[in-house]
Amino acid sequence: MGVVKHRLFWPIAALLTLVVVNTLSRPQFIKVTVRDGQLYGALIDILRNSAPLMLVALGMTIVIATRGIDLSVGAVMAVSGAVALTIIHDSGNPDNLGTVVSAVVVALLVALVLGSWNGMLIAVLGIQPIIATLVLMLAGRGVALLITEGFITTVNSGPFEYIATGYLLILPFAFLISLTAILLIGAFERRTALGMLTEAVGINPEASRLAGVRSRGIIFSVYVVSGLMAGIAGIIYSSNIRAADANAAGLFIELYAILAVVLGGTSLQGGKFSIAGTVIGVLIIQTLNSTILFLGVPSAQSPVFFALVVVLVVIVQSPRVRQLGRRPRGATGSDGTADKPAKAEVGA
Amino acid sequence: MSNHGASPPGSSIVEMRGITISFPGVLALDNVDFRLRSGEIHALMGENGAGKSTLIKALTGVYAIDSGEIAVAGRPVVFHTTADAQVAGISTVYQEVNLCPNLSVGENVMLGHEPHRGGRIDWKGVHEQAAEHLRSLGVQIDTRTMLSSHSLAIQQLVAISRAMVLESRVLILDEPTSSLDRGEVEQLFAVIRELRTAGVAILFVSHFLEQVYEISDRVTVLRNGQLVGEYLIEDLPRHDLVTKMIGRVLDDLEAISEASNREVDRSGVPVLKATEVGRRGVLEPADLEVFQGEVVGLAGLLGSGRTELARLLYGADRADTGSISINGEPVRIGTPRHAIEQRIVFSSEDRRGEGIVSDLTVAENIVLGIQARRGWRHKIRKAERDAVVAEYMEALDVRPANPDSVVGTLSGGNQQKVLLARWLATAPELLILDEPTRGIDVGAKADIQRKVAELSAAGLSVIFISSELEEVLRLAQRVVVMRDRREIGQLDSNRVGLNDLIEYIANTSDGSAA
Amino acid sequence: MTTTETTETTRSSPKQADDRFINRHASLMPTFAALGVLVVLLVAAQLYFGDFVSPGNMSALLLDNAYLMVIAVGMTFVILTAGIDLSVGSVMAFTGILLASLLGRGMPAAVAVPVILLAGAVIGLLIGILVQYFDVQPFIASLAGLFLARGLAFVVSLKSIRVDDPSVLWLQSTRFQVGDWYITPTGIIALLAVGIGAFVLQYTRFGRTVYAIGGNEQSARLMGLKVARTKVFVYLVSGSLAGLAGLILTAYSGAGYPRNGIGTELDAIAAVVIGGTLLSGGRGYVLGSMIGVLVYGTIKTVISFLGAEQAWMQIIVGGLLLLFILIQRFIVSRSERRE
Repeated sequence: MGVVKHRLFWPIAALLTLVVVNTLSRPQFIKVTVRDGQLYGALIDILRNSAPLMLVALGMTIVIATRGIDLSVGAVMAVSGAVALTIIHDSGNPDNLGTVVSAVVVALLVALVLGSWNGMLIAVLGIQPIIATLVLMLAGRGVALLITEGFITTVNSGPFEYIATGYLLILPFAFLISLTAILLIGAFERRTALGMLTEAVGINPEASRLAGVRSRGIIFSVYVVSGLMAGIAGIIYSSNIRAADANAAGLFIELYAILAVVLGGTSLQGGKFSIAGTVIGVLIIQTLNSTILFLGVPSAQSPVFFALVVVLVVIVQSPRVRQLGRRPRGATGSDGTADKPAKAEVGA
Repeated sequence: MSNHGASPPGSSIVEMRGITISFPGVLALDNVDFRLRSGEIHALMGENGAGKSTLIKALTGVYAIDSGEIAVAGRPVVFHTTADAQVAGISTVYQEVNLCPNLSVGENVMLGHEPHRGGRIDWKGVHEQAAEHLRSLGVQIDTRTMLSSHSLAIQQLVAISRAMVLESRVLILDEPTSSLDRGEVEQLFAVIRELRTAGVAILFVSHFLEQVYEISDRVTVLRNGQLVGEYLIEDLPRHDLVTKMIGRVLDDLEAISEASNREVDRSGVPVLKATEVGRRGVLEPADLEVFQGEVVGLAGLLGSGRTELARLLYGADRADTGSISINGEPVRIGTPRHAIEQRIVFSSEDRRGEGIVSDLTVAENIVLGIQARRGWRHKIRKAERDAVVAEYMEALDVRPANPDSVVGTLSGGNQQKVLLARWLATAPELLILDEPTRGIDVGAKADIQRKVAELSAAGLSVIFISSELEEVLRLAQRVVVMRDRREIGQLDSNRVGLNDLIEYIANTSDGSAA
Repeated sequence: MTTTETTETTRSSPKQADDRFINRHASLMPTFAALGVLVVLLVAAQLYFGDFVSPGNMSALLLDNAYLMVIAVGMTFVILTAGIDLSVGSVMAFTGILLASLLGRGMPAAVAVPVILLAGAVIGLLIGILVQYFDVQPFIASLAGLFLARGLAFVVSLKSIRVDDPSVLWLQSTRFQVGDWYITPTGIIALLAVGIGAFVLQYTRFGRTVYAIGGNEQSARLMGLKVARTKVFVYLVSGSLAGLAGLILTAYSGAGYPRNGIGTELDAIAAVVIGGTLLSGGRGYVLGSMIGVLVYGTIKTVISFLGAEQAWMQIIVGGLLLLFILIQRFIVSRSERRE
């Protein structure tokens, strides 16, 4: 437990700092109002707008835990939105709940297939994750464009719009979706043995294999989950803009998702992961975004800030910085004998 | 061939005095003296954990020394980096041949020292010079071919040739013959003899006794981090060498020895029967039988094929030939999961790389075996987990006694115990242990041996692999001896002593089986 | 001189000669494959359209894709060291709009061009430092570069800026004609980049170090090569070339546009891989990347001739990439088994 506390400390502190700074500059930041049984306010906006990134980042977390990466999530979002919207558009009665539901279901099935495609390339054919998902990243957007025939398909559909803009009980529906995902994935990972087995696969794949863990199955399934999450995110995104924009949907989202995961304390090397950490990471990114917008910086320029955040995070996490506090052991191989003797084991 | 340094043959080119290196919990080298002479082939011998590789790493600048001094050609030196050692004229050729497989042979030889013409690399010159260097070692190959298209034997010769381009005075060969066949070994030895004539000091590290006797002039023996002695090879018969490497029993483990000195009922169906199990290039087809409650030891020096056999039995590697039956039923064991289903478990000799999952806790590592078998859906309940973990931590005396400590922070001995606990917790029928006591402290060694003896007396079958022959004799009722990747015979360990076993192993191939 | 002569069999049966050729040029095989693909594509297009392989079309092929060719050269260097540079598209956009902006403010081209090249180099240098001295994975480090450059592009301007400077526009508008074939200065720049890149990789120690790092970085270090310096430098090269691509693209379109180059890094990676460079590093040629770019360009031209949607472009490129990766994997696993 001590480790977890330590790991989440800095992310939470960073998030709180952001919230405090924002509140000081605009006190209405933390103001939440109730109207017609629905909550409104800057904080609520953050919760709602963070949904797509939250979903994608959740999937990305478990993928990274197995020492993998999924670059295709943006493209899958685009495909998912394109499929759903095309079905609704071509159905003739876009306002029909049944139409919307079946459109969403089909879109999610497609997303599952795409995730399985990645899983097969990586778990079965043994292709490096970065390359395998790069292929779908390239081709996926093309597929999405084909489905929308190059246009930005728009619809006027009450039920569909509800997904991104509607409220259930008092909270935004989109937020509830991401909350459900958080709880489900958290439950799956921690209440079953899946979490520990996934971490074992990421930390030491060979030892896990020898211990009888179904490494292949686990690796396959994390990509399927990641695809599904991207599919849901794509639905929310297109619901929000009431359109399927194959070029803009999920653009760069994989990068922000990876950033959120890293901010939350999960290492890119794989192994121990933290769902809670990723959640906080997403909230940090979303709040930072909100802050930048509030400062009047055009959103197109916000990547500069995120670049600085990325650099800061990786420098802090870098081994060289961590070693600054330690006495170097003479022949540290600064010319790069990278295998600094692991002193516990003196073999032959 | 150019004159490698001005030292006359026979004079010391490298002198190491009083070298001491320690790591947390382990004294790797304890006041060791070592000397290399020009124009001489010097073998460094010792079993695992003896300190050989630590000594070499000190000489090549990988490790810093805690105390002692090193002198090269009479001048004291301190190596901060591997580059320093190279500049001082010390080159190493490792088993994995540190060259660039994607570049040509000629380029590898000359890399960093290519002749230039008109401001650019003169490729014709590169290949001419490389071919010249290789020819002077008696090697004639097309230097324009890619390095990776050649056998490991040739790649090694290329690495040696490169060392000569750098005008090295000392050449360290670390286990150079492990992957070579007879003809390639001849070739390598011819090259080494050439270098000796040219005045290079050669440090030859190998566990192949015959080869050490064939090629070396002198031998230094290390044991447990200490210098046993330096001898001219002609003054040291094989038997003495092996005895010096293995040494005498330091602990009183009589009780264990006596408990293991029992008869095993071999009348029934064996728990495991392996027939002609082998894998091309890795292990010659071998037979093995293990009965209930029996400890079968696999004895032999490094490279004899013991681990390879164990891995085939466990499904960690796939066998090309042979069949396995468990309790009389033929089974297919192609993956570890198959073996686990048959209640066979395997503890790897590479405990850090293939055993423990270092970032997980002790408790998680212990239940990993059980959990993997149950599947991800059925998480072990906290109560059961705590009970199992507590039981085995106590039985094996794991320290620190905190189930939530991260396994990577434990000492080697305790890590091994955690690994053992993982397997015992699955209630196996057959336990395969590969070097379970290597590199761990004396107390933990005794604990593990005691546990194995207890469990086998209670009915657990064990295959026990260890380089420490007294350990094998102590625990096993039967010993299978292996050499050079084949099985050469069996001994009844209740009736055989350490000397007999040593003789058996050390015998040349024209000696008959005891 | 020696008693034992060690030779490998030198019988020259045809099979031996074949094997020797393959052993000497094994890493060229994927590049030959790419050339084969290009030839097949051109022949097929010629058969289908009738006048595809015309001087006009072929000249346009080079010019339309000159910017990508320059980027691909830089990407080749990076990928040869087993790294990756995701920032190139954004750097190209940033330097392009920066050039347009500087020119618009009256800075002479002779000053503005070096400035933007320097800007690209600086971003590349930052990435290289993160990779080498802070042990950051190239993916993440160049990701930071991507964010930085993209954001900076919009800081320079949120909208496109036209370029009126004649010395810049000259790069694209001038054509040197030989019969119906023509080439513009931008095309010459691209070909020069390829030529110089190929020369450096083949004939300089820096270039050979790049290959060595990709082959086995640890070995390269132990062999005394200047690994750290080289690794930083390849990212600097990549950034500078991305800057050069910014110049070319701005000349080509007559304006700087901050939204340029989205996804260009992926196109470059695809071109480099199709051209025969292994993503795992150590094997590949700049000439192969040039062929990869031509393959890319041909597909794009064919698609536009067919009047099909540009969406197919991405699908086909993605599919080709997958095919080549599978082939590469197959070849690599087979050669590993020989050892």
